[in-house]
Amino acid sequence: MVDVQLSDAEKIYILHGIQDNCREDGRSCEDYRHLEIESNVVSNTTGSARVRLANTEILVGVKAEMGNPAPEKPDKGRLEFFVDCSANATPQFEGRGGEELATEISNLLSRSYDCPSCFDLSSLCVLPGQQCWILYIDVLLLECGGNLFDASSIAVKAALFNTRIPKVTVREDEGHTELEISDDPYDVQRLNVQSVPCIVTLSKIGHSHVVDASQREEACCLARLMIGVTEKGTITAMKKEGSGSLDPASVEDMMETGKKVGQDINISLTCVLKMEERQGVKRQTIGFLR
Amino acid sequence: MRGEIESNMAVDIRLAGTRETTKRAVPDEIANLVTPGDVITSDTGFMRGHGTYMEDDKLHTSVAGVVERVNKLICVKPVKTRYNGEVGDVVIGRIIEVGQRRWKVETHSKLDSILMLSSVNLPGGELRRRSEEDEKMMRHYLKEGDLISAEVQSVFSDGALSLHTRSLKYGKLGQGTLLQVSPSLVKRRKTHFHHLPCGASMILGNNGYIWLCPTVSEETGTETGGYDQDLQPVTKGDRQTVARLRNCILAQAAHGMMLFDTGILYTYEASLKYPVKDIMKPEVMTEIIEITNHRQEVEGS
Repeated sequence: MVDVQLSDAEKIYILHGIQDNCREDGRSCEDYRHLEIESNVVSNTTGSARVRLANTEILVGVKAEMGNPAPEKPDKGRLEFFVDCSANATPQFEGRGGEELATEISNLLSRSYDCPSCFDLSSLCVLPGQQCWILYIDVLLLECGGNLFDASSIAVKAALFNTRIPKVTVREDEGHTELEISDDPYDVQRLNVQSVPCIVTLSKIGHSHVVDASQREEACCLARLMIGVTEKGTITAMKKEGSGSLDPASVEDMMETGKKVGQDINISLTCVLKMEERQGVKRQTIGFLR
Repeated sequence: MRGEIESNMAVDIRLAGTRETTKRAVPDEIANLVTPGDVITSDTGFMRGHGTYMEDDKLHTSVAGVVERVNKLICVKPVKTRYNGEVGDVVIGRIIEVGQRRWKVETHSKLDSILMLSSVNLPGGELRRRSEEDEKMMRHYLKEGDLISAEVQSVFSDGALSLHTRSLKYGKLGQGTLLQVSPSLVKRRKTHFHHLPCGASMILGNNGYIWLCPTVSEETGTETGGYDQDLQPVTKGDRQTVARLRNCILAQAAHGMMLFDTGILYTYEASLKYPVKDIMKPEVMTEIIEITNHRQEVEGS
């Protein structure tokens, strides 16, 4: 995690605030900050999205490439997550500084997507055992304002929703097969992201837990639980992080909150993405200008 | 505890396209606004000041900002900058290192500032020679991460600042919230310490750091230089006032408004009809800023 330094008195102020259910910015423990999303921001990707959550800015690009399927799963495509922490976000990421965080995020993303019911990898298969689509999902962290895991997962989901893979036709020709990739930009295959999970991070601060912790709150938190939640409330992955320990009862509590908030996120995200799609090609790209 | 929250949108996701691009009324007087690389003048009779460079006998700007001319000297005052300290400024800083007879303080300036052991008041307001004992106790007074309010005592030749806290109004800060805004939004004024009528105190640091805390009543003595800290829980009412002020100040900063006490109070009053957390929503933000702007025009402040 990205560290900020706080004095003892500031930490106590934050801690008591969370006990009172009134955080530094007036949110209650289960409130998310205002989130801004835009998809199709990078033209040379198969799908892309940008998410801004307070000061956290994340750009995700999806690139589809043809490749060989894994030998143990011949009829399935693959997702490859790669996270890059830009040193623009914080000088701490300079050199190899961001690598640890990057692997953590990409590992958790691939773990929460590694569930047969949440993402249908067989739709990425072109020729069983020979050719499949591999989706390279690149997450770029441009600014840090806390809650990087949740924001990345939301951006990934939006980018996958935006992904349009060209249709491929397989032709048998005198014993050898030929693949033909359609060059019509409208003859595309969409991905079903209906039950793709979003990550919800619950930070235990004092005796309560909060969602969407700001950087300052993260500095007060000793143990956090990250869970991947689908629209139906299924938990697909779970990870505990931090030096503190968690009581089984509070883990259950946190899972309940996480499920509830996760469902909310998924539902409003899908709703917003569909709204954006209805605007069609007339939509103006906003990008990073403010 | 959880039942009392009204669950109006726990998650608020928006499209970037639906964001209203607020057209700020740009006064005509900043006509000399420049961006890096712009040619200011090709007249060679001028002197090159801060934020400018010479190329092909022409004076170019190296920052985005406003051109200012004093006789033959041309400088560009940047819109977004790190803090350039001047003697007498009130600043807020965070201790980042305890060293030999000095603390290193982060004040959002280009170089870390320095607070000498000889320029602090020791606990109890004692004025005496600093002994070796005091030197050993330095981390006991101020340790890494602590926030202080201080005044700029002098500026070194490389631009680094030397701070002092030799007045009981300066010193270590207790419970409250720190905000960071652009240093260009805080003007140098007569007073930077404000006890607002809404029940909170505010320190507007010239370096763009703003400290908000619940007002402590006089008899308990705020003027201890901050060495005795009150770590009792703050009441929920006070907490909400501070949170509301925080969101109001950030709203003003987001709209590029100068920050001073009356303006902040106007925004605070305009925001009272909304719950605290709603002030972070862009449309509410724009509305309360418009009300504030209007009121400032009417009252001519």
